[in-house]
Amino acid sequence: MFNQEKIEKNVGLLIVLTLLVVSVGGLLEIVPLFFQKSTTQAVEGVTPYDPVRLAGRDVYLREGCYNCHSQMIRPFRAETERYGHYSVAGEFVYDHPFQWGSKRTGPDLQRVGGRYSDEWQRIHLRNPRDVVPESNMPAFSWLEKTAAAQTVGKDIEAKMLALRKVGVPYTDAEIAGARQALEGKTEEDVLVAYLQGLGTALSNFK
Amino acid sequence: MSDFVSEFWNFYVTGIVLVSVIGCAVFLWSQGSANFTVGKTTGHAWDETLEEYNNPLPKWWSWMFYITVLFALGYLALYPGLGSFKGWLGWTSAGQHKAEVDKANAALKPMYDKYLGMDVKALAGDKQAMETGKRLFLTYCLQCHGADARGSKGFPNLTDGDWLYGGEPAKIEETISNGRMGVMPPHAHLGADTIKNLANYVRSLSGLPADPARAAKGREAFMTVGCTGCHGMDAKGMQAIGSPNLTDGTWLYGSSEATITETITNGRQNKMPVWKDFLGEGKVHLLAAYVYGLSHPQ
Repeated sequence: MFNQEKIEKNVGLLIVLTLLVVSVGGLLEIVPLFFQKSTTQAVEGVTPYDPVRLAGRDVYLREGCYNCHSQMIRPFRAETERYGHYSVAGEFVYDHPFQWGSKRTGPDLQRVGGRYSDEWQRIHLRNPRDVVPESNMPAFSWLEKTAAAQTVGKDIEAKMLALRKVGVPYTDAEIAGARQALEGKTEEDVLVAYLQGLGTALSNFK
Repeated sequence: MSDFVSEFWNFYVTGIVLVSVIGCAVFLWSQGSANFTVGKTTGHAWDETLEEYNNPLPKWWSWMFYITVLFALGYLALYPGLGSFKGWLGWTSAGQHKAEVDKANAALKPMYDKYLGMDVKALAGDKQAMETGKRLFLTYCLQCHGADARGSKGFPNLTDGDWLYGGEPAKIEETISNGRMGVMPPHAHLGADTIKNLANYVRSLSGLPADPARAAKGREAFMTVGCTGCHGMDAKGMQAIGSPNLTDGTWLYGSSEATITETITNGRQNKMPVWKDFLGEGKVHLLAAYVYGLSHPQ
């Protein structure tokens, strides 16, 4: 049916057959993920980010926290002993994009929510060495001086509308109240709110 | 119940996987020596003399490929890979994690049982237990109390023998297990002048230089505006509620007039997390012994 000569001399056919071969992996590994309950439905306790945490998440992205911190606890005892319950897909359904990261210069942050006090987080963000002298994390001392509404919160409604388009169930009332929720909050406030909400659905930390 | 939203995806995955794997085998067979002869060319020549052999695939190479096909089929029979089929071994990553944790817990149980049977004071003298305790401390406690357990501003030093909630073994264990919430309420309503007086009085309590006139006025205020409710008439605090002793020269946030003023004006909030659910009884007990041992060298 197909001999070498025919495929070699017919570029169109070569392209079609090549595409068919290279797409098998994607058709099997990627496409079904959109039709699985475990990857598309939130686990109990996971809710969409409220405006404050959403703005905090943008500070997290802007400052590049994901360069040194992962949010992905693998199912190995060595990791779950230290961090807590391993990550599951249903925890990330409202993350666009997710912040799994790929490098741990610092510890994993998937279950950091509630592990330290708000006060610890603030001191640590302003100068990590005040609490952990061995730390090589940079200080993020400007976050407490910048109003979130002026930066990450500037287009909060547009962000929430965009997220709604990709499946995050924000109501009109939530979007309308977003700006007010950010009032008076600094970038540090919203980032701490984001961190304190991380991974709490499956945490055994109170 | 399948994880797929519809059964279609079960057949979709199974179909493509099997067709691909078996297709590879068929294709491999079609390229074998049955259909090709050694030394024949593809039949075309480029640039007048450039020809291309169309030999059958080498046998050793074909067999290696056949083996990978067999491996794939064996793998798909044993492990999950064909749609909703769970595989004969019933393997899951969650199951593997559980087995790993159960195995470690079973191995460690005799050790923790032994430690739980010892009281904290005896355990603090057990060298091997304290080695383990130190590892636990460096994993879970260092972030606030520091690697040397000397704490930092706002986070208690555990080595100085000074205790907010009590240093008895049972109290330490209770603190680690259930956590603590320390709250000093803000007193901005007292006004800057009264607060300055109070700060001077508080400094004078532990013999730090203070303005005597302001300290005297501060003492008056201390007795009347509500400080005694938590810190007591003698300003020695109450361990039952974790209110600090103001006379012992140990400072959680700092002893400068500016810091004390800040503490009185804005209040302080401090939180020790609840560890019992995360660590479990055995580790809490061992950590309590380690912490006890820090200020009671054997």
